[in-house]
Amino acid sequence: MEAQGRRPVSVRSVNCPNCGAATAVRTFGHAVNVVCQSCRSILDAANPGVTILQQYTNAVREEPLIPLGTRGKLLDIECEVVGFQVRQITVEGVAYQWREYLLFNPYREFRYLTEYAGHWNVVSTINALPEGGPTPDGSAPRSYGRQRYRHFQTAVATTTFVLGEFPWQIRVGDTTTGSDYVAPPLMLSAEVDADKEVTWSLGRYVAGDEIWTSLSLPGTPPEPVGVFANQPSPFQGATLAMWRNAMRLVALATLLWLAHLVSARDKQAFAQNFVFDSRTAQEATLVTPIFELDGRPTAVEIETATNLDNQWMFVGYALVNDETGQAFEVGRDVSYYHGVEDGESWTEGSPTDTVTLPSVPAGRYFLRIETEGDRTASPLPYHVRVVRDVSTSLWFMVALVLIVLPPILSSWRALKFEGRRWQESDHG
Amino acid sequence: MTSRAASCPNCGAPLVYRWSSSVQTVCEYCRSIVVRTDVDMKKVGQVADLPYDGSPIQLSTEGRYGDKGFVVAGRILYQYDQGTWNEWRIVLDGGIDGWLSDAQNALAVSFLTSGLEIPTLAQASLGRSFVWNGTPFTVVSRTLAHYAGVEGELPFEYWDKTEVTFVDLRSEGADFATIDYSDETPALYIGKAVDFDTVRLRNVRTFEGW
Repeated sequence: MEAQGRRPVSVRSVNCPNCGAATAVRTFGHAVNVVCQSCRSILDAANPGVTILQQYTNAVREEPLIPLGTRGKLLDIECEVVGFQVRQITVEGVAYQWREYLLFNPYREFRYLTEYAGHWNVVSTINALPEGGPTPDGSAPRSYGRQRYRHFQTAVATTTFVLGEFPWQIRVGDTTTGSDYVAPPLMLSAEVDADKEVTWSLGRYVAGDEIWTSLSLPGTPPEPVGVFANQPSPFQGATLAMWRNAMRLVALATLLWLAHLVSARDKQAFAQNFVFDSRTAQEATLVTPIFELDGRPTAVEIETATNLDNQWMFVGYALVNDETGQAFEVGRDVSYYHGVEDGESWTEGSPTDTVTLPSVPAGRYFLRIETEGDRTASPLPYHVRVVRDVSTSLWFMVALVLIVLPPILSSWRALKFEGRRWQESDHG
Repeated sequence: MTSRAASCPNCGAPLVYRWSSSVQTVCEYCRSIVVRTDVDMKKVGQVADLPYDGSPIQLSTEGRYGDKGFVVAGRILYQYDQGTWNEWRIVLDGGIDGWLSDAQNALAVSFLTSGLEIPTLAQASLGRSFVWNGTPFTVVSRTLAHYAGVEGELPFEYWDKTEVTFVDLRSEGADFATIDYSDETPALYIGKAVDFDTVRLRNVRTFEGW
């Protein structure tokens, strides 16, 4: 057939009627507008004679971070940077500018690479409409490809600077209304051009380092500032994993605790009545007979039961292993006060006290008891009881706190990150 | 497919109609638009050279749509205020006529429908939805355009309307529809948006440096 074996479409250049400089056209016949490399006039590339469409008057020149003509593979598709534009929105009197690089491949649709404060997105137009009608209205969420997107911002964008070439008409001062919906790392965007056209596109957040590697650019990309609309949260995945681990550990700790509750024997090892008479001595020391603590090293509970009445008493225990001399010491203040004040009765303390000594090895033990109390008081009878292998729950409570603390901290950081993201939105 | 030979009424160069449904062709030598009246051929106009364009598709490019192969037989180039786009006339296996539209490498395949209710131009405003064959379509663009050129074989006579309006519609699937308001009774084409990977184009144009 006649078309076969044709020569490749060749690269051409246009000469600027304003300054005479030659500018290469990289998109072959796609170019509708070309910006003169030298004087920045916008030229009509489609007409053989090349006419000036808009002349450059602004004194400010924007330099693209990525030079026009740069080639590389972005998200697996070979492309060349052919156009560059700066666009601006104004929110509450503050102007925000971002940069868009037009990406060309002769056998693919045009794509955009956008950059705002060091945050990059590769953007492609989409063939199907998101659910919920073609034009963005209000702040209702959108669905596309089974993914839900939350409304982020709607604003009128104005083109403030152009460079390179475009396959459609472009002028400084062009405006479109854009709406963004986010589901990090994706962003669904609609651009409405008056009553003529609505275009939906899908952007994917790409780290600056990846752009620099893909396009073999020298140096390093600019450091990203703040949190961008569809920037993936560094905490979200990690936090979820931490919660999953924590829940496993909580389940394990609960099982251990339950097993411990069931297996605890609560076996009384020793019990005896004593009397502390403070009239003879303000302090007294006595030693109990030897008793046996058996089994695995388990917790031992010492119970002190008194009939204190608006009195206090100090009991110092030393649980001493008769064979090794190893001692577990613990001091207890036992006090019980009560009365009536302003018609309300009150109590403070308790006449009975219990204390638990964890992990006491088996062996023959005795208690050394030191007592102290008010001299004026009458003789105080008290009962001491030692119980072997009691159940304890404190370790379980401590474990729970230690297990859930890291995921709680991580969740808090994730929440703060989301707060910074949405602060920049219409809903912040 | 039947090939018929004839000669250009303007310059005498040989003309070949590859598709029986072709009504007109453009002479490769003198750019005359030749209309077939089945025995005699009649010159109805002459086109300027097609503008330098960037489409990777050309006459005789082959591809696939669904389970059918197709070949590109003709082309209409449209121009509008933002640029240009191509409507490539394709002939699918079995001689079915279709169109492959190429707007800056955004591709869609569509077929002329009949018997479906078509809204008036005023009704088809941006955002309005219409249901055809159970699929809801929504208007995504309204474009005022004019012919910038024709090439190859077309299934109808080329007529020189100065400006015509096209309305494009899409669905939440990848369905695509376009309404051509150039004639008194508008024409509705329905099909699918496609990409380069799924149509598997062969015999495409090559580009310097790519």
